[in-house]
Formats: sequence, structure tokens, C-alpha cells
Amino acid sequence: MGYGVKLLVWGERACFTRPEMKVERVSYDVITPSAARGILDAIHWKPAIRWNIDRIHVLKPIRFESIRRNEVGGKVSPASVTKAMKAGSTAGLANYVDEDRQQRAATILRDVAYVIEAHFELTPKAGADDSIGKHLDIFNRRARKGQCFQMPCMGVREFPANFQLLEDGAALPDKHESLLPERDLGWMLHDIDFDRSMTPRFFRAQMSGGVIEVPPWHSEEIKA
Amino acid sequence: MTAIANRYEFVYLFDVINGNPNGDPDAGNLPRLDPETNCGLVTDVCLKRKIRNFVSLDKENSPGYAIYMQEKAVLNNQHLKAYEAISLKPEEKKLPKEAEKAQAITRWMCDNFFDVRTFGAVMTTGVNAGQVRGPIQLAFATSIDPVVPLEISITRMAVTTVKEAEAQSGDNRTMGRKHIIPYGLYRAHGFISAKLAERTGFSDADLALFWNALINMFEHDRSAARGEMAARKLIVFKHESAMGNAPAHVLFDAVKIASADANSDSAPRRFTDYRVEIDRAAIPAGVSVQELI
Repeated sequence: MGYGVKLLVWGERACFTRPEMKVERVSYDVITPSAARGILDAIHWKPAIRWNIDRIHVLKPIRFESIRRNEVGGKVSPASVTKAMKAGSTAGLANYVDEDRQQRAATILRDVAYVIEAHFELTPKAGADDSIGKHLDIFNRRARKGQCFQMPCMGVREFPANFQLLEDGAALPDKHESLLPERDLGWMLHDIDFDRSMTPRFFRAQMSGGVIEVPPWHSEEIKA
Repeated sequence: MTAIANRYEFVYLFDVINGNPNGDPDAGNLPRLDPETNCGLVTDVCLKRKIRNFVSLDKENSPGYAIYMQEKAVLNNQHLKAYEAISLKPEEKKLPKEAEKAQAITRWMCDNFFDVRTFGAVMTTGVNAGQVRGPIQLAFATSIDPVVPLEISITRMAVTTVKEAEAQSGDNRTMGRKHIIPYGLYRAHGFISAKLAERTGFSDADLALFWNALINMFEHDRSAARGEMAARKLIVFKHESAMGNAPAHVLFDAVKIASADANSDSAPRRFTDYRVEIDRAAIPAGVSVQELI
């Protein structure tokens, strides 16, 4: 893959929520390929391309912290919005936070840093003027200058992700020694399959030497 | 309303004197603490709540500035004024396509609700258009120095129930607790994406209102628990381009907060014990710095 990119991302906190523990959120030990793709998408994405994560380097020790917040339980129903639109009034269309309150704890990661190795491929939506070189240039230019479509985040938007492009041939940052032994991280979300009505797909994440090899999206190792 | 054309980042400093800026439900309403550093924390949602409250006070439900996530107490103070009907296309005979309908719903929510336009909202339409990501993203605020919460015991010269009164044989006193931080200066970081603003219609007028909310919101959030809170500094980085001209962390690193007197051993107790410096030389070209406070 001659057109891969390496992006260093870091942040004070992160929450890559495990789908089985999403009410009182518990983060995975490391960033998921899905969240890594989201970070790349926040810097540059077009319907013509699809980012694929190849490898994730974990740089800092895995540490957790708990935080509890007041959250709301409900969502806006489109029916009540339609009703309000017809009435031409916002009266009564509101969510009363103290009636619909839930206190939820989140077990989140502290002080994280990763190197995301990724490449992209063109999708069927690519037009005649979409070349790999063009999109790669746009991405590199933006990442180098710190430009982004929106500030990328570490799983949830309250935890912003700082980023820096690692240029071709640049040395990778050192990893903390606690990460070097082989570690089985268990089944982890790879990504959501949006073509098949949002089916989550999982893979067995193994970290060796602080590196997680992410199997390709359509490979056998990924189970729905 | 045309959307903002520039990306922004901001550093927001606020302080608290003898109050609890944000209680931790996990720790009996003690001020939130980062267990590793003992620095105080204020969550993003805590600040967003105050922004919403300020806007609903300031705009009193004028058209386009309704607040979706309401606090009941605030709503009760307001008289829902007659609302100017928006000129919506009358329902056509045939139903619009599902996606179009969903977009119209989202559009309408963005146009009418300030908080949906600013912070986003989730609507269950089953279509992606039902989810709004707002342009403004806030991170947790952290105190500059470790804070030490104090527990203050207080008494009340009354009891709630007859039973309690009988048990005290007429003494009628109860004791309570307050948790306060003697002093804490907090630093929050925020991000405003011009590209997401395009999608929700977050305009320059909205941005001005947002700055105004940050500057004044503590003035309208007085309570027994909060003590004296005040906005101290609002440093805004404006990028020339919509995508931005510099990495956010470079800009944030240029704002340094240090003790005003390096030789002093005493704990900071007022804003003047700190010195805020902006390293203007470190700000890349294409980014302008505005100090709104």
C-alpha cells in the first residue's frame, strides 16, 4: 500500500464504548477501528473514498477512571416535531431534563495516545476526477496543518482528539513498556456495516508489542 | 441565516470562590475531582446547561431561540409567548419521501431551537438525517491547580416532620452539609466547526450570542451551592479558513497560565494570584486571537 497514512492521535480522556455495556458506559481498552476511522473521517472524507484501518499502535499505559453524569433518557420523537411544525409553535416541544433524568457512570480511559495506520480505497461513488493521489494529498495537507472538518474525538465528543501527521519514514513514538507483552484484548468492534442495516462486526483483537493488526474489512476473521 | 464561515477554538477561564462548581453524583455531591491529579473538573454538559439557561433567559422564547433541553424551573418562570408561525410549505397531497420528510423535520428543529443548532440533538427517525451534530464541541474543564474541597457543616433551625420534632423534644434542629472549594480557577477548551455550522445554520448572530452566554452565564446562575463564580477570560482563536489554519493543540498550548508570584508558597485564592499569558509568537499565520474578556 503506497498510499497509506500514519496519524498520531492523543487526548486526555477517551471512551470507546463497549456495545454490551452502553448504558453505564465502559470503554474498550484501546481505540476501535471504527473510532479510528471516525477520526480520519473528521479530517478528510468524501463519499468517493472509504478509510480502512490497517494497524493501531498503542503508546500509553491503559488506565481507567470513572465519571458519573446526569443524562437524559429520551429522544425527540419525529411525530411530536411534525405536530409542532403543523401548529407552527415550539410550545410543549421540549425535553424536561429533571423529569427524564438518568444518572449514568462511565468508565473511561485516561491519557491515551495512538498511532493509526490506515489507507483508503475508492468506492463506487468515485467520479472521473477522484484519484487516490488527490484525496491522499488533501488528507496529508489538512493533517499537516491541523485542519479538520470537525474536531475529531476519542469516542465521544466531550473528549477531543489532538492529531499530528507522521510523515513518510518518520520514526514511530516509543511505546510504554507495559504494553509490549502479548495481550489478548478479546472480541472488539471492528466497525458497523452500514450496507447491511447497521450490523456490527467484530474481530479478535490481539496486541503484540503494543501493535494491533486490524484484519481487512471483508476478511474471514471478522464476524457479524 | 447564513452560517459562520470560520473555524474557531476558544480557551475559557472561570473561577469559583467558596462554592461547588459541579457536584459529583458518585461522591455525595462533592465537587468533581480528577483522582490522579486532585484537580477539579467541570463536565462539558454542566457548562452547556448554563449556556442553554442563559439563552432562554436572554431570548425569552423569541422565535428561533427556543431551548429544547429545558430545565423545568426555568420554563416555569417564562410565559410562553405567542410564537410566530414559520412559513412552512403546506402539506402536499402526496406524502414526501421519507428522507425528505426527515430532513424537513431536522431543518425545522435547527431553525427553531438554539441548542439543537448549537450542540445538536438526536431524533429517532430511523434515517441518518434525524441526528444533528452541532458545530460547538466542549471538553471537560479542569482546574489549573489541585483543589481541596471542604466540608462545611450547617444547621437548620427547623425540622421537616412532626416525628423528627418529637424525637428532638422540641429542639427542632437538623444538620446539613455543604461542600465547597475555597478557590479554583478552571480552564475549558472549546471547538467550533464551520462545516457543521453550515449544516445546522449556526450563524454569526448565534456565535455572538454564544460568546455573550459564556461571558455572562454565571451572573444568572447564582445559588447557595455555587458560591461566587465568574468568567475570567475568553480567548478566541479565529481561523481564516473554514477548515482551520492550525492544529487546535498548538493554539491551546500558546495560552499559558502560571502563578503570578513564583516565590509564593501560599495556595491561590484569587484570580490575581494567576498570570495568563498568550504566546502570540507561537500562533501560526492565518489565526487571529481575540480576547473577549
